[in-house]
Amino acid sequence: MKDLPDPVFSEPWHAHIFAMTVHLSEAKLFTWPDWADAFSQTLRRYGLTKTLDGGNDYYLAWLETLEGFLKGHGVSPEKVEEVRQAWETAYLTTPHGTPVRLPRSGPRARL
Amino acid sequence: MPHDHHDDDHPHSLLPPEPALRVKALETLLIEKGLVDPAALDEIIETYSHKIGPRNGARVVARAWSDPAFKKALLEDATKVVAELGFFGRQGEHVVAVENTNAVHNMIVCTLCSCYPWPLLGIPPGWYKSDAYRARAVREPRKVLAEFGVHLSDETAVRVWDSTAEIRYLVIPERPDGTDDLDEGALLELVTRDSMIGTGLAKTP
Repeated sequence: MKDLPDPVFSEPWHAHIFAMTVHLSEAKLFTWPDWADAFSQTLRRYGLTKTLDGGNDYYLAWLETLEGFLKGHGVSPEKVEEVRQAWETAYLTTPHGTPVRLPRSGPRARL
Repeated sequence: MPHDHHDDDHPHSLLPPEPALRVKALETLLIEKGLVDPAALDEIIETYSHKIGPRNGARVVARAWSDPAFKKALLEDATKVVAELGFFGRQGEHVVAVENTNAVHNMIVCTLCSCYPWPLLGIPPGWYKSDAYRARAVREPRKVLAEFGVHLSDETAVRVWDSTAEIRYLVIPERPDGTDDLDEGALLELVTRDSMIGTGLAKTP
């Protein structure tokens, strides 16, 4: 067990999803006990099919839980997918070395 | 040749992994809705990446080792004592300090998810969040401890504390022998993260 991943955040998106959740909880969008309840249920479900190593799979469960929480706040899976696709396109069309931004028109402008 | 001239090899920016794009999408939507402040996110990431870590907990332990009155107060009401040192739980959780002695060895786990004393120890290590640790710490703590290199005598009882969203635990490890003449600053260097989870012992000088 000691040899499993051990950095603070092994991927930048782990840090971002963590920070967003802490921030939203502090903004009273949900309480931390409610979050922990939902998150533990997701982890239990994930753990039925594989042994979680506490690294990437842990944050995938975290992401799914947060997405579920945000459905009730006007952040639908369809909107998330639309903006995710827009980010993917932005990465694939931005020359290497240039900051990647969403276009001014497109999904973001219609939110 | 400068790296950014290799445009033939890298015609576009490196595409982040799929979950990273989903997180970016969530962040974009939440910022648009005014539910998230990008500066606040940066502050939280900076704090947990660089400012908060096991050194905070080690300060508390080293002081407890040096100051009996402080240790007594810590064992009675750790939430109050650590708050006075500036270590606040961002989720308003309570902190409980448990002391390792010859007679009892305490260790902490969160069987449901990964509740952990963030203000004192920072973000938990990967193994703390793994199924293996969460499932086995309660079921076979001595075996788990042995895998961490902690071998206890049969006379020492093992007590496992299951953290929750409301209550987080801090283990005060046993003060190592031969440290009577060390001051708080020197003691601090002996307190490891794992010793405050209970999966390790404090270092010997």
